[in-house]
Amino acid sequence: MNTFSDSISTAFSLIGSIDPMLGSIVLRSLAVSALACLLACSAGLVFGAWLGVARFRGRGVVLALLNTALALPSVVVGLMVYLLLSRSGPLGFLGWLFSFKAMVLAQAVLVLPVVMALVRQTIEDADKSHGEQFQSMGAGQFLRSLILLWDERYSLLTVLIAAFGRAISEVGAVMIVGGNIDGFSRVMTTSIALETSKGDLPLALALGVVLLAVVLLLNVLIALVKRWREMLDDAAPTRSIQGAPL
Amino acid sequence: MSCLFNLRAVNVQYGSGKSQLQALANCNLQINTGEKLALIGSNGSGKSTLLRTLHGLLAPSSGKLEADANARQAMLFQRPYMLRASVLHNVAFGLWLRGTPWRQAKVEAMDALTRVGLQEVAARNAKALSSGQQQRVALARAWACKPQVLLLDEPTASLDPSAKREVECLMAEFAGVGMTLIFSSHNLGQVKRLASRVVYLEHGVLVADLPTHDFFNGPLPAAAEHFLKGELG
Repeated sequence: MNTFSDSISTAFSLIGSIDPMLGSIVLRSLAVSALACLLACSAGLVFGAWLGVARFRGRGVVLALLNTALALPSVVVGLMVYLLLSRSGPLGFLGWLFSFKAMVLAQAVLVLPVVMALVRQTIEDADKSHGEQFQSMGAGQFLRSLILLWDERYSLLTVLIAAFGRAISEVGAVMIVGGNIDGFSRVMTTSIALETSKGDLPLALALGVVLLAVVLLLNVLIALVKRWREMLDDAAPTRSIQGAPL
Repeated sequence: MSCLFNLRAVNVQYGSGKSQLQALANCNLQINTGEKLALIGSNGSGKSTLLRTLHGLLAPSSGKLEADANARQAMLFQRPYMLRASVLHNVAFGLWLRGTPWRQAKVEAMDALTRVGLQEVAARNAKALSSGQQQRVALARAWACKPQVLLLDEPTASLDPSAKREVECLMAEFAGVGMTLIFSSHNLGQVKRLASRVVYLEHGVLVADLPTHDFFNGPLPAAAEHFLKGELG
């Protein structure tokens, strides 16, 4: 029990004193996951939205594969990216293995199905509800998907949380393709695994607390944005103009 | 008067196999320019399906639909959808989708909003408007495109009496400048006031197609007679 309470107090003192090693690991983690989310969202938002609106032969198969990819274990993604980036792999010429870029790529691959599947569902529901009205105004499938994407932007903020949460909390993929190299490719989750195995619980705990705090902060920020928008949207209607009561 | 739509033995089906639903059955109908056609019938009679088919949102399962390709159309839905944007942008957006440059679209949108008396709320979030105002924004969005044919699916169904009156007045104004109106309604008073011709549908079958005066005063097929008694009684 003493070890546990000592670890917690040391963890908070590390956080409080902004330990340089802790800081660099946290910043690297945030950078990797943020870039991975940016990449995954750039592709996932557009393709997910299109998939929500488009009707084509074999769509059911595509959706089944996409939903299966949601359960893709991060170590499997790590292994796939490792094989792609290894010297003998098709992307070996890039020389990305055990680098920051490799970790970004692995997390982007991991997050992409999450973004696509959640966006697809949101846009499909919106399209069923009022897509016909945009079709009536002359919007084709692709344009309709973009319009709905824009219009559902505040609902889709939740997708960002899910994607970032999945990216920053995974350990298997970045461990395999990043190699957990100190000062180079070590991120929060791989550090927690390593420090725990070494018995350095305070640093592991400190990283765990920061990890949770980052996700919590992001959730709070997005909830505030959504609430602010909902307040604007739900503002009481004005009295009708020109004296006509509505 | 030239022919805008000519439907010959048009069938529309939803679904397939055991869950197949015949929404429109062997429908023959001709609609000419300048007409004010009301579609009436109980829920599920095929009014909305017929409007969507005329507008090109649904393709007939069989039969032939001839439509004047040069006639610009716009459709107004029972619950018009407003984008999370200002009223002005909602109207301009409809124009932009039809190819008007954005800057010009905003100018034309303002004209349309003035026409429906909503110029003062142009900068407001469209989602924050009452349903009556939203319906008028939708009318402005439709009118801005200068359609020759305006299709309206129960445009006043969810509105309070004064908002209903306002929407009706705008419909009458639009018809007054030569626009062809095709609308579905459960409100027989509104049909009497606005329509020049009434089509009665039941279970997807066109039962009666008569000038408004004849529909309300003349002999009717039994099903239409029964509907009318139920609605008026």
